[in-house]
Amino acid sequence: MLTKRIIPCLDVMDGQVVKGVNFINLVREGDPVELAARYSDAGADELVFLDITASIESRPHVIDLVKKVAEQVFIPFTIGGGIKSVMDIDRILHAGADKVSINTAALAQPQLIVEGAKQFGSQCIVVAMDVKKDGDTWRVYSHGGRKKTHREAVRWATEAMNLGAGEILLTSMDADGTQEGVDLEITRRISTVVNIPVIASGGIGKLIHFEEAFLYGKSDAVLAASVFHRNMFTISQVKMYLHQQGIPMRLTGEL
Amino acid sequence: MIGIINYGVGNIGSLQNALTFLGLRSTLSKNPDELSRCKALILPGVGAFPPAMEKLDTSGLVPFLRDWAKKKRPLLGICLGMQLLMTASEENGFTPGLGLISGRVVKLKNSPRSIHIGWNTVSPRYSNDLIPGEGYAYFVHSYACQQETPEVVAETTYGVSFASVVRSGNVIGVQFHPEKSQQFGLAFLKRFADGVF
Repeated sequence: MLTKRIIPCLDVMDGQVVKGVNFINLVREGDPVELAARYSDAGADELVFLDITASIESRPHVIDLVKKVAEQVFIPFTIGGGIKSVMDIDRILHAGADKVSINTAALAQPQLIVEGAKQFGSQCIVVAMDVKKDGDTWRVYSHGGRKKTHREAVRWATEAMNLGAGEILLTSMDADGTQEGVDLEITRRISTVVNIPVIASGGIGKLIHFEEAFLYGKSDAVLAASVFHRNMFTISQVKMYLHQQGIPMRLTGEL
Repeated sequence: MIGIINYGVGNIGSLQNALTFLGLRSTLSKNPDELSRCKALILPGVGAFPPAMEKLDTSGLVPFLRDWAKKKRPLLGICLGMQLLMTASEENGFTPGLGLISGRVVKLKNSPRSIHIGWNTVSPRYSNDLIPGEGYAYFVHSYACQQETPEVVAETTYGVSFASVVRSGNVIGVQFHPEKSQQFGLAFLKRFADGVF
């Protein structure tokens, strides 16, 4: 049976993993390879590295990080943050990443999804979208949530899929940081409309929030950062809990 | 030495990393002379069937691989590489494969999503050395061999049941990515290599 995925997200700055919790007091968390290996051993189904410097200068560090992780960690991993061109995608995938996550660039030039999917396959193109409730609908934001776009969330998700996206990484800006659970309504709407996997993110604070995202949000995977970084619970605890609730999970030996 | 067939399809770095991690020496090549000096070959692959088969063909690898299999030398196909071992594929029309394992590759029917992405159960059909027990492996594909053939070693279900491991003599195919399937995948690669050396 296909299992639901639990994906820890690691924020990366200048090739080092930093805590994603408080952007003002960034604390260097340490070696990305070591952390990636630790999460992988703990049962993470995939990893997402988000380059929060996202500038040209950080690129060599990211490529270096991708190479090192690929040598030591044998689960799929995604790189996101500041990817703007087919050349960027090519370099990251060539260094050993399995997927790239594109957000602002996909909104600015949807053709990037088409080109990326054509050259490397849909399976490695994850379209990330930050959404915020606006009356009865949800609006898509770009530039890390700073710029409101004219796009409506469900329509953009459908369009991204039609252009060739292989997965949707959905973050609700309203829920993000609240630790009160993911936005179930928009997660469910998008998950039931698109025909590709949806990764729900933003707002996880309790074990039950993972369960809700799968059961009511109909998501295929849940991405979380701070609950794992802060050690509120381990990945194995999350997976064991979900397994006990009857949600299909890949349980590994280290439980 | 394990030869990884480098015919321009997919991310083969991960595969080489996994072999290196296991202490296995490997080389990337599409040159038949170079590949013929290897003890075993791995045929990787990501993407669509027709262009991949065309690339194998233009590299002169089709007769080479058929001859390799005839000599009962070990060959492992991964993901699209497994599908290329089969009789034919219905992806974007009809394309004959290498024909080393009987079966036709078709679009996954009744699947909840258009691409089967994630960790799924690999269930051996009978007791065997390659897949000694049930486990989870990482899959990314939308086409698969759903046919009943005697070569099916293990199966997986996504909407329908399909062949996740096939074997005919020394020709082996896996639909999942062992290089991305953590312990389960690494152990499989190790067993493949142990059978070879």
